[in-house]
Amino acid sequence: MRSRFGWLNIHAVFVFAFLYLPILVLIVYSFNGESVAGFPPHNWTLRWYNVLFADDALWSSVLNSLLVAGIAVAISILFGLPAALALDRSNFPGKAAFRRLVLLPLILPGIITGLSLLTLFAAIRTHLSLFTVAIGHGTALISVAVTELSAGLQKFDRAQEEASRDLGATEWYTFRRITLPNLKLPLIAAALLILTLSLDEIAVTFFLIGRENTLPLEIWSRLRRGITPEINAVSTLVFAFSLMTILLWYKLRRPALDE
Amino acid sequence: MYSRTYQRLTAFPPLLWITLFLLLPYALLFCFSFWQVRSQTIVHEWTLNNYRELFYNPLYFQVLLRSSRIAGSVTLLALLLGVPLAYFLSFRVRRSKNLLYQLVIIPLWVSYLVRAYAWKTILGGAGVFNTLLMYCGILHQPAAFLLYSPFAVILTLTHIYTPFVFLPVYASIEHIPRSLLEASQDLGASPLRTFWTIIFPLALPGVIAGATFAFVLSLGDFIAPLLIGGPNGIMISNIVVSLFGAAYDWPLGAAISLCMLLLVVLLISGTERLERHLRYGGS
Repeated sequence: MRSRFGWLNIHAVFVFAFLYLPILVLIVYSFNGESVAGFPPHNWTLRWYNVLFADDALWSSVLNSLLVAGIAVAISILFGLPAALALDRSNFPGKAAFRRLVLLPLILPGIITGLSLLTLFAAIRTHLSLFTVAIGHGTALISVAVTELSAGLQKFDRAQEEASRDLGATEWYTFRRITLPNLKLPLIAAALLILTLSLDEIAVTFFLIGRENTLPLEIWSRLRRGITPEINAVSTLVFAFSLMTILLWYKLRRPALDE
Repeated sequence: MYSRTYQRLTAFPPLLWITLFLLLPYALLFCFSFWQVRSQTIVHEWTLNNYRELFYNPLYFQVLLRSSRIAGSVTLLALLLGVPLAYFLSFRVRRSKNLLYQLVIIPLWVSYLVRAYAWKTILGGAGVFNTLLMYCGILHQPAAFLLYSPFAVILTLTHIYTPFVFLPVYASIEHIPRSLLEASQDLGASPLRTFWTIIFPLALPGVIAGATFAFVLSLGDFIAPLLIGGPNGIMISNIVVSLFGAAYDWPLGAAISLCMLLLVVLLISGTERLERHLRYGGS
């Protein structure tokens, strides 16, 4: 072992400081007594949290976001699960291309997914609404469902399914009693991850939103008007919420990773 | 062992959905890029005018160049921050490895928008940076160049994509069999030689994957430039946003998006090939 205080240690401390500086600033300023963001903050207050809880527009945007995220989870799991199964177990022409296409939104800038869907909705003359946003999120996040569930299927013990079939169970029965229960943890983990990603999504939402805002777009429209300390408070709460979801996700996924 | 019905039932619904909501929209974007706008309506007449405009009007090329410069800087900085950290965590840390790993990931779960906004608070006139610099006597009045500049965009995007670079690099370093390193040491290689002949080549695929991710996603970003970029921080996606919005020229916007899509797909398949080549040698 070389010295404990080499340049790698200093570098690591620097990177962590860089990563956490904005988060710290965010939390500290949510308790800042002045509405102008001077440094250091002088008096502490819970005022912004009070303002926040009385803000109806903000709360209705939270409800909108939850609605969109719920539909997005449903769509991406409903189509992601069969897609992962098909990629694991079926052979069909164009399978490699299908895999690429499904996973493309993972790496594609959101603007392209959003715009291409916008042209579709324009072509079929669909009014933009929370529903079109949900379709956008659901479609883009099928990629996440497929990656998560494929990882689950990799660990899957196929002997159980074979045993079930050998003992005379139908394929549908085997699916319900063997496959699905075995995929329970990856399914919940995928759903939580998709929920969090959808709640924070902005690039796709930006193009598909109708008259009602999701939370990130509500925050966005306020930010464009200027600095509002209330946003620090809502962001701190959202951060706490995502952190809890992710801790849960990690707890669920961990057994799958350790095996 | 899975019947034809099983295979069809699992393959068909996602194929249908993906065709309808992913493939068809890309095809439509393609069509739009060959149409044009006449007196505020989109007419379905096929033309190459949009692509001609992109090619001959230097504005678009300049903005694309600037976007690539910003994305390139972000990638480089994220590599400088993420790669040594991955090496450090994998080789130098023993007990708190898992905790530190989680600590790198947690910032990913703070809303993108909110992190961009937090940088605005830090870089602003009365923000943390300026106040500190003035307090230390380095500055006498707040530096205005910090906020609303390409610098602010680069800083914000680096903050967002460093964990994305860290993750694949860490995964590939963790997967290096430690026996290889011992063998190298036993055979008398210096630590430096072990690094260059074993660790570096085996970590490279992860580095490439992370770099591609950071570059592509920051190239297509339009949120950070709008929020903290100012007039000099405008990127190619901002032009697309305005073409689909107030400027109302969907066909031209579609042409730019399609070029971006093509660029991304080419870049990904290129780096994938490179990764495979590095992983399995020439064979």
